[in-house]
Amino acid sequence: MGKTTLTANLGIALARLGKTVAVLDADFGLRNLDLLLGLENRIIYTAQEVLATTCRLDQALVKHKQQPNLALLPAGNPRMLEWLTPEDMQTITGLLAERSDYVLIDAPAGIEQGFKNAAAAAREAIVITTPEVSAVRDADRVIGLLATMDVKPVQLVLNRVRPKMMANQEMLSVDDVTDILALPLLGLVQEDERVIVSTNRGEPLTLEDNPSPAGQAYLNIASRLCGEEIPLIDPSKKRHGLRARLINKLRKTTGLF
Amino acid sequence: MTVLDFINRLLGREKPSGTMARQRLQLVLAHDRSDLNPELLDQMRREILEVVQRYVEIDIESCDVSLETEDRVTALLANLPIKRTREFPLPIGSAISSGSGSGPAALALDRGARTGTNAEQLAAAGAETSALAGPSASRVPGTTEPGDPPSGIQP
Ligand SMILES: Nc1ncnc2c1ncn2[C@@H]1O[C@H](COP(=O)(O)OP(=O)(O)O)[C@@H](O)[C@H]1O
Ligand SMILES: [Mg+2]
Repeated sequence: MGKTTLTANLGIALARLGKTVAVLDADFGLRNLDLLLGLENRIIYTAQEVLATTCRLDQALVKHKQQPNLALLPAGNPRMLEWLTPEDMQTITGLLAERSDYVLIDAPAGIEQGFKNAAAAAREAIVITTPEVSAVRDADRVIGLLATMDVKPVQLVLNRVRPKMMANQEMLSVDDVTDILALPLLGLVQEDERVIVSTNRGEPLTLEDNPSPAGQAYLNIASRLCGEEIPLIDPSKKRHGLRARLINKLRKTTGLF
Repeated sequence: MTVLDFINRLLGREKPSGTMARQRLQLVLAHDRSDLNPELLDQMRREILEVVQRYVEIDIESCDVSLETEDRVTALLANLPIKRTREFPLPIGSAISSGSGSGPAALALDRGARTGTNAEQLAAAGAETSALAGPSASRVPGTTEPGDPPSGIQP
């Protein structure tokens, strides 16, 4: 959960790092990427017209005003789901790849045909999940499917992390999830109210110069994708001050809380 | 965490829910990944115990045959504490009267009955007198169809 938010923020963050980025909304049923990027009013053509060759790709692409390195190819009509094939997706992605350093595909939820179409067009994948049993189980299904489709590498982003609950062991820990899913960790995004505010405005957090914790996490993910080594800090283990150090010590010696 | 939760935790009455989440997930994923139908799995367990019992007397009460998963590899793990070896193997299909009198069919080997110990813990617990099939020994192929008749895995 958090796929579209990640796609929007990662797109902007990569663009800020000087990469040319195309983001493709492959969630034809529940398109949202345009809204999260604040581009919903500037859509003229969609992937549908591009595939039908009734318009050129550059006519359909919507450039982001502040970050012109980023362009969105909007999802077409939800009925596209009925006829779209994996080959169609590969065609579109191929066109986008010719003109961009990165093509980010926002996949639909689930493991149905819509997801398989999106996966068929992907070389590698980022799986994003929250540290909850049902979400991790679903993620495991998706990872199994990606393996059969030969999409690799697959990396993991853990979203909506609540450091306090994790520290209290009232939530699956970061290690629990990475152990269980056996994937390398690409990023940790905290639960952050600013995500909702930024969605309201259609301005991804990564546009800001001093981003909130989640915004910084998305920026770090982008830098790691570009090969920079930025240490991953487990927020549930990070504590400051004397009181916190005392609590930590107590936690370690008693193993109680 | 409420004060009551905290007290319960302090008195060791209650596991933190994060730990429970991990254990429940590991168990359910082992089954999801192997794609084995529970009925067939149960029958396989019974047949494994039958075979082993022909050669050794095992402690039925503490036997454990289950699916484990680590690093995305699912393994069938059997922890069967041995009481004593038999001088001669019993003939195939012979009725087995184990100490408690209960046949292997009555074993409490339900997936729910287990607590999700991992391979290392199992190995440590049964290190002295156990028949232990480790992950390398028996990778479970997920080839059975849910609709297969039970005869599908008979020798
Ligand atoms: N780190 C976060 N903190 C708070 N809210 C979040 C976070 N990530 C996602 N959300 C919220 O969760 C909801 C679903 O996010 P979205 O990115 O649309 O998920 P998906 O595309 O996987 O369905 C949105 O309302 C979003 O604002
Ligand atoms: Mg979405």
